[in-house]
Amino acid sequence: MARIVGGLATSHVPAIGVAVDQGLTQEPYWKPLFDGYVPAQQWLKETDPDVIILVYNDHATAFSLELIPTFAIGVADEFPPADEGWGPRQVPVVKGHSELAWHLSEYLILHEFDMTMVNKMYVDHGLTVPLSITCGTPDEWPCQVIPIAVNVVQYPPPTGKRCFDLGRSIRDAVESFEEDLKVVVYGTGGMSHQLHGERAGLLNPEWDKRFLDDLTADPDRLTRIPFLEYVRETGAEGIEMVMWLIMRGALPEHAKEVYRHYHIPASNTAAGLIILEPES
Amino acid sequence: MRPLHEPMSAANPMDDEFEDIPGTYLFDKDRSRQGYHVNMFCMSLMKKENRDAFRADESAYLDRFPMTPEQKQAVLDRDWLEMIKLGANIYYTSKLGATDGKSFQYLAGAMSGLTQDEYRDMMIAGGRPIEGNRSKSEQK
Repeated sequence: MARIVGGLATSHVPAIGVAVDQGLTQEPYWKPLFDGYVPAQQWLKETDPDVIILVYNDHATAFSLELIPTFAIGVADEFPPADEGWGPRQVPVVKGHSELAWHLSEYLILHEFDMTMVNKMYVDHGLTVPLSITCGTPDEWPCQVIPIAVNVVQYPPPTGKRCFDLGRSIRDAVESFEEDLKVVVYGTGGMSHQLHGERAGLLNPEWDKRFLDDLTADPDRLTRIPFLEYVRETGAEGIEMVMWLIMRGALPEHAKEVYRHYHIPASNTAAGLIILEPES
Repeated sequence: MRPLHEPMSAANPMDDEFEDIPGTYLFDKDRSRQGYHVNMFCMSLMKKENRDAFRADESAYLDRFPMTPEQKQAVLDRDWLEMIKLGANIYYTSKLGATDGKSFQYLAGAMSGLTQDEYRDMMIAGGRPIEGNRSKSEQK
């Protein structure tokens, strides 16, 4: 039986990818951020998953206003890094797990989560930056990756409650897959940041800290945070944090925090990372 | 308790609550309809041949898209805030920024009236504080 052995959430700021790609991670601006990623890389190495289910959002790359799926799942064998306007990141091609991805699709749809299945999908920084953060710069990514893309650009994004419930259903789906696989779920995006308008640059570390605390202390509260509060308190683009709730929902009711890192700023953003494991 | 997402309409009091957040332009159905073509113009810049054509004659290239004269002018002027006000979305205008060699930080500074250095310094100092920036009424 496949099982979910851990969850990890992290910001996916594009500038973090640029810092990795240009070898700037030991520069004074970036070093404190990247020092905090070392234990996460160690954790992933020790956990050694077969598959990462990586929840992220596409930033007008594979999808645009032409087509806006709320939840899309990549079912292909591979997903090439996208050209986001300055050439594709020179990172490994992302290898999918087609069989598990199709199993997830079937299970989720039959359990009333109407996923959009995607065979051809270029993946942008939303997906590749979390891999760089947690895997460094390998020649190949250490495991297979199933992308789940969530619309958080066009209002309305799915609610936090809906995301949490999707995570729960993902857990059930994984556990009904016969092959013995270790799976880790990533939720990405956030934390507080606003990229547009006169209020650009807004950060709210106190709110972020409470969000991190309640991923283990009171996830139920997090599922009830309305869209308006995300926008007002964490900046318009802070709504990405609903994707962290998919990761949280994919873990059992009782989960423990094994690591966190929080750093301001990563370009425009409060960068957070947290690792959870099922409480044994 | 109010639903997590209430449908938005002119008659919806939630509109007022969003309007009360300063310096923030919710990319909702109205802005998406208003800005569709300017956003798809930005999207076209993902292709090198389109970037080259745009650089060669910006105005002629923009005529390929049924944008309003105000939207075209905002693009030509690189008035980043005005583009947002006219329905552009930041993840799209950032592609125009990339075409110009401008970073997200540059765009964010430009929209909030700061130079790139001033904006960067503000972020290093902890970012724009939430206190005083939650609502327009709080700012008065």
